[in-house]
Amino acid sequence: MPKSSIQKPLEELSYEEAYLELESIVTGLESGQYSLDKAMAMFERGQALRQRCSGLLDQAELKVKQLSGEQLNDFLEE
Amino acid sequence: MPLFTTVPWTVTDLTRHLRQLLESDGILQDIWVQGEISNLSRPASGHIYFSLKDTGAALRCVMWRTEVARQSLDLKDGMAVEIHGRIGIYEVSGQYQLYTDAIRPIGEGVLYQEFLRLKALLETEGLFDTIRKRPIPERPQRIGIVTSPSGAALQDMLNTLRRRYPLVEVVLVASPVQGEEAPVILVASLQRLNQSVHPDVIILARGGGSIEDLWAFNDERVVRAIANSIAPIITGIGHETDFTLSDFAADLRAPTPTAAAELATPVTLLDLSASLNDLDQRLRNVFSTLFARKRDDIENIYNQLHFSSPLRRIQINRQRLDDLLQRGNRAIVHHLVLSEERLKGIQQRLLSLNPSAVLERGFAVVTRLEDGRLVYHTAQVHEGDGLSIRVSDGKIDATVTKKNKPIYAN
Repeated sequence: MPKSSIQKPLEELSYEEAYLELESIVTGLESGQYSLDKAMAMFERGQALRQRCSGLLDQAELKVKQLSGEQLNDFLEE
Repeated sequence: MPLFTTVPWTVTDLTRHLRQLLESDGILQDIWVQGEISNLSRPASGHIYFSLKDTGAALRCVMWRTEVARQSLDLKDGMAVEIHGRIGIYEVSGQYQLYTDAIRPIGEGVLYQEFLRLKALLETEGLFDTIRKRPIPERPQRIGIVTSPSGAALQDMLNTLRRRYPLVEVVLVASPVQGEEAPVILVASLQRLNQSVHPDVIILARGGGSIEDLWAFNDERVVRAIANSIAPIITGIGHETDFTLSDFAADLRAPTPTAAAELATPVTLLDLSASLNDLDQRLRNVFSTLFARKRDDIENIYNQLHFSSPLRRIQINRQRLDDLLQRGNRAIVHHLVLSEERLKGIQQRLLSLNPSAVLERGFAVVTRLEDGRLVYHTAQVHEGDGLSIRVSDGKIDATVTKKNKPIYAN
């Protein structure tokens, strides 16, 4: 059974988490040990993870915060 | 006054002699001198001429245009400086002067000594050892930056990060980067970052400046804070050629703040995109291979099943039966046909053997009257015997009158 972040919904996975799960699905499938219906389920999950990763890359915007005292605020650039 | 004087020197020879004397003195050929600039003159040629003075004496100095271009200090009369160069004589005017190749503000020499002292001390402690340096994470989730909030360094770094790896979150801690208060605040900033934010890597940066401007980064407190930082630190301080003790203590030194941002993001968005595409390709490949293989498996099983199925056996047997029947039929028919043919044949022969037909052709059946025996040899009868000659339409009684044996009879 590939390591999967089944606890977290797809939209909450970070790039790192989604990518790692996708990778373990691919290597799992490449090992050829899964039945057809299990493999299909894994493939679908893999596609969804790929979409998540692509989306994160496309929408990525640098987040800049400033630590003032103990507070973390958004940093407004001049 | 001696009676016999030596041959007098010429001015040229004397001057040359003095020049050689001066030029052969090692100290005078590589010397730092401190004093105050006066009579500064900048003719159109680009060379600069000035005097270096203190209360006791003055020294004529010249700096050639090429050397002037290489240094960035803004020279003014009254400036206290240390200059470096060699002593020579300008023979034409009989002037000794210092040919200058470097100028620095006074006090920098002192600072530099302090720098060397502290460097030696911390080096002995092992603070700069390579083995202490930690690797920079490839894909940081959070980068901490300690720098001045104004100034080009921060903007350059943010632009670089934005371009290379916008997935990351940046946490900025503003701090003065020069002046008396800078070291304490720099140390506190590093501490707060490590404790509250836990970044994956910290960039400590500031733009270019003089040795005094950069001095906070040679402060022992700052250097120790860098060495003790939980997160690895990349320094990007000043220009390419500026080295501070902070740089030596850092896990990685960058030549500029922009370079520090680049080193903090070794893997870029493009790299991620490429590896995602690779993974996607592998996923699709493995799936289509798997699918094809399963389909082949199914086809094989179907073929095997089909091959040994009862239905198929029935079909085979039925076909065999049909086959046999056909063959059987053909055989029978063939047999029948043959028989018929044979029958016809026999019939013909029989017909041809029919006595009536024979009789009609003129042959006769001769029998002896006395016993009805068939006569086919002349030996069977004697003259005077009675014969019955059967012809096609009846019998004729006759008597043997004579026996003849033709040549062809056997």
